[in-house]
Amino acid sequence: MTQLTNQPVVSLDAVSKSYGRETVVSDVSFNIQSGECVVLVGHNGAGKTTLMKLMLGLTRPTSGSVEVLGGNPAFGKAVAQHKNLGYLPESVALYEAMSGREVLAFFARLKGVSVVDYEQLLETVGLADAAKRRVGTYSKGMRQRLGLAQAMLGNPRLLFLDEPTTGLDPGLRHQFYELIEGLHEAGATSLISSHALSEVEARANRFIIMKSGVVIASGTLDELYLQAALPVRLKIAVAPGLAGSVAERLGSEINISAISDTTLSVSCFNGDKMSLVRRIGELGDLVDDLQIKPPKLDEVYSHFMNRELS
Amino acid sequence: MKMLWTLALKELRDGFRNRWVAAAIIVLGILALVLSVLGSAPTGSVRVSELDISVISLASLSVYLIPLIALMLSYDALVGEFERGTMMLLLAYPVTRWQIIMGKFLGHVMILSIAIVVGYGGTIVALTLVSGSGTEGWQAYATMMASSLVLGAVFVAMGYLVSVTVRERATAAGAAIGLWLVFVVLYDLLLFGVLTMDEEQQIGQQLFSMLMLANPTDSYRVLNLSLFEGISEAAGIAGVASEAGLSGTLLISSMLAWIILPLVTTLLVFQRREL
Repeated sequence: MTQLTNQPVVSLDAVSKSYGRETVVSDVSFNIQSGECVVLVGHNGAGKTTLMKLMLGLTRPTSGSVEVLGGNPAFGKAVAQHKNLGYLPESVALYEAMSGREVLAFFARLKGVSVVDYEQLLETVGLADAAKRRVGTYSKGMRQRLGLAQAMLGNPRLLFLDEPTTGLDPGLRHQFYELIEGLHEAGATSLISSHALSEVEARANRFIIMKSGVVIASGTLDELYLQAALPVRLKIAVAPGLAGSVAERLGSEINISAISDTTLSVSCFNGDKMSLVRRIGELGDLVDDLQIKPPKLDEVYSHFMNRELS
Repeated sequence: MKMLWTLALKELRDGFRNRWVAAAIIVLGILALVLSVLGSAPTGSVRVSELDISVISLASLSVYLIPLIALMLSYDALVGEFERGTMMLLLAYPVTRWQIIMGKFLGHVMILSIAIVVGYGGTIVALTLVSGSGTEGWQAYATMMASSLVLGAVFVAMGYLVSVTVRERATAAGAAIGLWLVFVVLYDLLLFGVLTMDEEQQIGQQLFSMLMLANPTDSYRVLNLSLFEGISEAAGIAGVASEAGLSGTLLISSMLAWIILPLVTTLLVFQRREL
């Protein structure tokens, strides 16, 4: 997307956070490079929100170190850096008695953003018509959009988005990801926490999977496939009545999950995939079509979750 | 400074929006109107100006009312934002925690100023113009207004301290009422009781002065009821201040200390607070 500089925008080193006896985040380390879009995945209470709070300086780590935009965010020392930062909290709380425009104007003034810019943002998130209404009368989706607008004030270099698409309808979700993409093209970095795996699958550079405060896996989607060693599924379409003979010719060692008159569903490990494809190719005219389906992020996620259980 | 102003202006706007300012102006205005009109009756031939009488009655009631208004403005200021979750978002902006506290304080003091200036000041100016009575004693009235604002600021600061230490808004409301009871009612009742029982006069002049200074509402009372000669005679507590060695400067300083102390403590607690 953009050129990656050496200095990470966010850097966590062996970060742990406990409230009393309860440990919410345990020994978490990762870097986020400039321009990256990283998605935090995990169940409720996995520590995603706590991580964001640590990065915002809302709370301090019990041990380890957090660095954001080149400084320690803890307790007001790096407040000036917040000018370059956008945050959308989970189920965002905004000033109910104020109108949408007033809320955005207030936040814009705190960030030193001009009037034109926030009026434009209202337009972008589709709240221009409701701008004069009290936030208290807004629907869940409208609040979320207003929350998004405030996070994008002043074209921040770094975005923390906690469950950004909850409450948005599919059209708005799409629009939201387009907005984020636009910011990325301008060089922004973002960290998004999400449950909606199918949504973020195609959009993120990297995933960090968390469970009970621990990072259990991280990497690009491809790296995660390899780590998970989940089977790849192949769907072979054949001429009517030939499925049985195709199966025979592929040999006994392949794993057939379903067979019908015209289709054959086969799965194999990623390493065996190419040799299997070659053998299918040798079948010539017998095969009408071939679809290769890599595992979905959902499956990768549940694989890592279950692995931790056993 | 621009940050402070933005934050203060938001509080002020909130005050106008939720009719707080209007309600406070009406309450204080009616109070000033009723007491001034009623107060002008008994002056008769005594050489006390009408304004002086107004000061006595208004100050006696403001001691109860101003702290109440101030606490109602402030008890929710921090705990409300913690509970609703808006503080988390606010802190993600380039504002420091002390700016948040001072911005709110500035905003709330502005609300009180408007209420006092319009409610007390406006009423008395209107009455003077209508009745054509003299403006003798305006200094005492002005002092009463200014010190009412200081008294209000004291309780705004105390309200913040409550607001930053408790976990729930309901608790904050309860604690604020408790604070009001202790400083406005119980303290004086206790002091009065002790003084009555103190037949051997063990509580000397000095201790008495200290006790007056220790409670901002008493400082306010002494300042308004016994510092101006005409007033202290009419109020029946002539010479209390001078005998107790309490000067205006000392009384005001004590009240200012009561603003600074809770504000600084609030800030220290807030700085340590994790969200």
